Amino acid sequence: MAGTGKKKSSEQKPSPKQNQDPRGGFGEEEEKAGGWTDEEDGQDDEEEGQDDEENRQDDEEDRQDDEEDGQDDEENRQDDEENRQDDEEDRQDDEDDEEEGQDDEEDGQDDRRRSRLLEAISALGRRRKKPLAERSEAAGGMSEFAVGAEGGSGRMELSDLIRTIQREPGVTAQNRKQLRELQRSRRTAECPLSRQDSDRIQRDLAFQKAATAVGRWASTITQNRRAQQLVFPLNQEPSGPRPVEQVAMGWKAQTPLEQEVFAVLSANKQPINDPVLTPGEEASLRAMNLEDAKVRRAELQKARALQSYYEAKARRERKIKSKKYHKVQNKSKRKDFLKRFDEMVKSDPAAALEELNQMELARMQERMSLKHQNSGKWAKSKAIMAKYDEEARRAMQQQLEVNKDLTQKVATSLDQEEQEQQQQEEEKEGAADTEKLPEFVNDAEKGPVPNPWMRGTLSEEPTEKETGGGVEEEDKETGPTGGEEEEEEEEEEEREEEAALLREFDNKRKLRQEARTAAGALVEEEEQEEEVEEELSEFTKRFQETASSQKETEAAGEAASAQLEEGLMRIQTMEDLELLPQDDLVPPPAAERPPAAERPPPEGQLPLRSRKRKRKGIELKEVLTRETRAIRPPLCPTVADPEDLEDTVDQRRLIREAFAGDDVISDFLKDKRKQENSGQPKTVDLTLPGWGEWGGVNIQPSKAKRRRFRLSTAAPPPRSDRHLPSVIISEQRNSSLSLHQVNSLPFPFQNQVQFQSCIRSPLGRTWNTERTVKKVTKPRVLTQLGAVIQPMAEEDLQRSVEKGSRPESRRKL
Amino acid sequence: MKVKVLSRNPDDYVRETKHDIQRVPRNYDPTLHPFEVGREYTRALNATKLERVLAKPFLASLDGHRDGVNCMAKHTTSLSTLLSGSCDGEVKVWNLTKRECVRTLQAHEGFVRAMVVRYCGTSFFTVGDDKTIKQWKMEAPGYGEEEEPLNTILGKTVFTGLDHHRKEGVFATCGQQVDIWDEQRSTPIRSFSWGVDSFSSVRFNPVETELLGSCASDRSIVLYDMRESAPLKKVIMTMRTNTLCWNPMEAFYFTCANEDYNLYTYDMRYLEKPITVHMDHVSAVLDVDYSPTGEEFVSASFDKTIRIFPKSGGHSREVYHTKRMQHVICVKWSADNKYILSGSDEMNIRLWKAKAAEKLGVVSTREKEAINYNEKLKEKFQHHPQIRRIARHRHLPKNVHRQSKELRIMKEARRRKEINVRKHSKAGTVPVVSEKEKHVVTVVK
Repeated sequence: MAGTGKKKSSEQKPSPKQNQDPRGGFGEEEEKAGGWTDEEDGQDDEEEGQDDEENRQDDEEDRQDDEEDGQDDEENRQDDEENRQDDEEDRQDDEDDEEEGQDDEEDGQDDRRRSRLLEAISALGRRRKKPLAERSEAAGGMSEFAVGAEGGSGRMELSDLIRTIQREPGVTAQNRKQLRELQRSRRTAECPLSRQDSDRIQRDLAFQKAATAVGRWASTITQNRRAQQLVFPLNQEPSGPRPVEQVAMGWKAQTPLEQEVFAVLSANKQPINDPVLTPGEEASLRAMNLEDAKVRRAELQKARALQSYYEAKARRERKIKSKKYHKVQNKSKRKDFLKRFDEMVKSDPAAALEELNQMELARMQERMSLKHQNSGKWAKSKAIMAKYDEEARRAMQQQLEVNKDLTQKVATSLDQEEQEQQQQEEEKEGAADTEKLPEFVNDAEKGPVPNPWMRGTLSEEPTEKETGGGVEEEDKETGPTGGEEEEEEEEEEEREEEAALLREFDNKRKLRQEARTAAGALVEEEEQEEEVEEELSEFTKRFQETASSQKETEAAGEAASAQLEEGLMRIQTMEDLELLPQDDLVPPPAAERPPAAERPPPEGQLPLRSRKRKRKGIELKEVLTRETRAIRPPLCPTVADPEDLEDTVDQRRLIREAFAGDDVISDFLKDKRKQENSGQPKTVDLTLPGWGEWGGVNIQPSKAKRRRFRLSTAAPPPRSDRHLPSVIISEQRNSSLSLHQVNSLPFPFQNQVQFQSCIRSPLGRTWNTERTVKKVTKPRVLTQLGAVIQPMAEEDLQRSVEKGSRPESRRKL
Repeated sequence: MKVKVLSRNPDDYVRETKHDIQRVPRNYDPTLHPFEVGREYTRALNATKLERVLAKPFLASLDGHRDGVNCMAKHTTSLSTLLSGSCDGEVKVWNLTKRECVRTLQAHEGFVRAMVVRYCGTSFFTVGDDKTIKQWKMEAPGYGEEEEPLNTILGKTVFTGLDHHRKEGVFATCGQQVDIWDEQRSTPIRSFSWGVDSFSSVRFNPVETELLGSCASDRSIVLYDMRESAPLKKVIMTMRTNTLCWNPMEAFYFTCANEDYNLYTYDMRYLEKPITVHMDHVSAVLDVDYSPTGEEFVSASFDKTIRIFPKSGGHSREVYHTKRMQHVICVKWSADNKYILSGSDEMNIRLWKAKAAEKLGVVSTREKEAINYNEKLKEKFQHHPQIRRIARHRHLPKNVHRQSKELRIMKEARRRKEINVRKHSKAGTVPVVSEKEKHVVTVVK
């Protein structure tokens, strides 16, 4: 039955060979008439390459199918081969031999033959007709899939088909070899994919490629998203002037003149773009030998080192300020010169004479000129200073000395010179040339000294400590000195004060004098001195007065303390306030002061009468639950700080005035008590008289019932301000405030702490330094006004990759 | 005797030159500056209110077209030049600083469907309903010269979209299929088609310049690589996409304007679901354009409003509308990130500020600092209810407001119903589908 089934299928499905046979129907018939065998097929192989190949393909497909079925056993195959040989023999017989076939089969074959005949006849008339796809079977058992299909178990292999080749003498060795190779290879060509599938695969591949190409940007994008600030346009050129080379590159010669110049330049190989080196120079550079270059470099280095050494030395020497050093230097130079001169006298008298002449000439010139005569600008300025400044005086002396030196006759011997010099040095102290010096140069020592302040310590330079800390000293001295009881100390201090003051004045005067350059300063100076004297005398008078007043206050004792209260009591109107400072400017004599008894005692010891008066205002003691700490002012007020006292007095008075009408503190306490009471739990009485009991006019509900229906709520937690007498802390939720508060954690924050810390850190310049503010308020995206922002380009990618590869540099940024 | 004297070192208060600002000594001791949070909150509140007071985004209206403005093109190099094409085939070139039309030309019969300026800025291309692609010079013709296109290409079908390559002389059109053209040839160098549908827009990726995206009428978005012979991938959504725009700073993101009132931002590598769904419009979104910084984009809608969305925000930060502005067909963000241009049905082009309360022109350093500080304050306190309320408040046209409310109700109802269905069916049979996934039908490889 399987055989019939296969046969049917073979009938329905025309073999590809027949289908695609290019030859006409006749050829086919011939073939069929001749009996179609595999052997023949093998022989025809070379002539009809195409057909055979297709055939082979079919065979191979069959084989594949069989393999899939799993009938691959070698043993079976051998048996099959025998069977198949039999089959082949059978098939070589005529078609008619197949009489064992069933009846209906024969009928069918007859029909087919007939129809074929008819076709052949009808085809005779036409020129060429494509044969219908039909296959005629040589044997009933023949199948498209397996030649030996008859047995059912048979399976065809290429080896079976070409076995006869071995026997055939006509087959060439080459063909045999080819066949053998074919036999060995088991690869089959795969059938091509459908167009849809191949397209899909192509698309998928292309997409993968594009996706990876686009994926390159991922790191750049994340980098940009995390960036603190993005500045657009991205590829901004650095501002400022561009290098000359770039500018020159962009420039082109346009006018004929320019072109001419360019032609000349290029002809001479002058540098056009890079103005540093000509080609010739470059060539010479290249031509230089390495060793030469090394030697030359070493020489250069040495020369440079020496030069720098000498320069440094010269600079060092020039910088030395010591006059002595220079003097010594000059002296040694002079000595050298003299030595040389002596030698010259012996060896070369003519040259020595020349020298001598020159020296003489120099002397003459010096005598003629006003140089070193203390008549220049510098000398004049020094002359002004000289009166008080030792240095200036010395400088002037020196000038004169030089003058003397130069005007001296050179003929003297060396020893004499030295002696003279020594003499001069001695004389220097004694001011040898008084006629050339201004009179006042030595005033400090030998002047008539009309000014007592100029004597002794005054003329000397005050030490730094005294001048610098002068104000502090004053503070110290004039400040409140509680223990200023001993007169001696006081006097000492006074003296010190005076001395310091005088010194200051002295300094001031000096400065003024320095500022003045004119000669007429002298007269003014004297006048000023007089003025200063006057001022000073005034000051001393004042001091004496104050000192005396202090003594008086000390003597007054308690009366002084009363003075404090005076302010408190007396000053009640604005007129009084105005009067106050006037009184204070010059402390009134003790006699004029009102008697101590009239003045109220200090705060701690307020008399009764004043208390009564004060009753209107705030009474701290009554109002506050705690006792105020008594502040005791120093008993005896110093004269030094009357203003401070005045301040405090003013303050109190002002406060009293401001809160004249209201008793704030008691109000506050009342408030607090009320708040506390309102927070207390209240018992609610729900008893209804008459329910379950007798009711009436004077009948009270029973105690049991009252106890039962009286509801008391639990006590609230203790108030947080219970230990703070001056504070009310409200624990109620403020709805007007909650309107402005965030009630849920916003997105980027992960917990409350983060959010709160973010809110709590201020940004403004009230709380942060300028730099911090700038950093904190930097906008995330910065664009330039009027600049076109181009999309990101390949260069940006490279730049960002470079940036990413250098993390340390990024950290720095 | 105490003499009180004010003594100051002149170095502390004397200026070196009279142009220096006065030095103000500061003490940063925190105890001297209490209540910093409260004070800054007040400042933030004031800044927010001021911002709303100063928010006047509308700058100018450019009128002159005799039909609805159908497309616009930014000049690639000049900020002050804008091109617009209208539904009667007229193209106008505008000078934005003078706010006037500098050139008018009759480019096509019927609509000007799309236009684009060549990357160098010397010429521009237009496509129209008359099945032609025309290239025009940017400069106006001289006296006596006729207004003629440089090149004209006759196509077989109507072209609906056009875009130019950023660096090469290559442009892409779309219609029945997507074509890539070389400027030198009159036939496309490549044609892509995938099924039979008509495309509404095509856009080159400005960063990865060989890639393109297009929107088709079969509700799909198709991606192409100019170098390949076949398209790359396509995603089909529930409704049709009108336009798409690539992010100019982030190569693989693009945003598309959909008919279902939403915009979707996709990562082109993962088309299975959008990265973000941007909702707020109450009618079909017709056009979208990214800001040149890639931080935001602007969308134009049929509901007569323009909205500005942050690139990763689900809702808009700004909505612009005027009484006379009708359906907005096209919208562009200027290349200096400062302005927005919208072309609408009623023949006008409108110029808006990109930041409504921004001060235009040169700003002094101190002013700039103050602005920066205020911005930071607003950002810091943005979550506080009062500030958020003021900052978010916008006036909307009545119908838009009503419709958005309606949409909200509808959405809520749908959500509720889904929950109910899930509640009353077997566990796992009604899966939770996120908003992002809801709108994607399938991805075709």
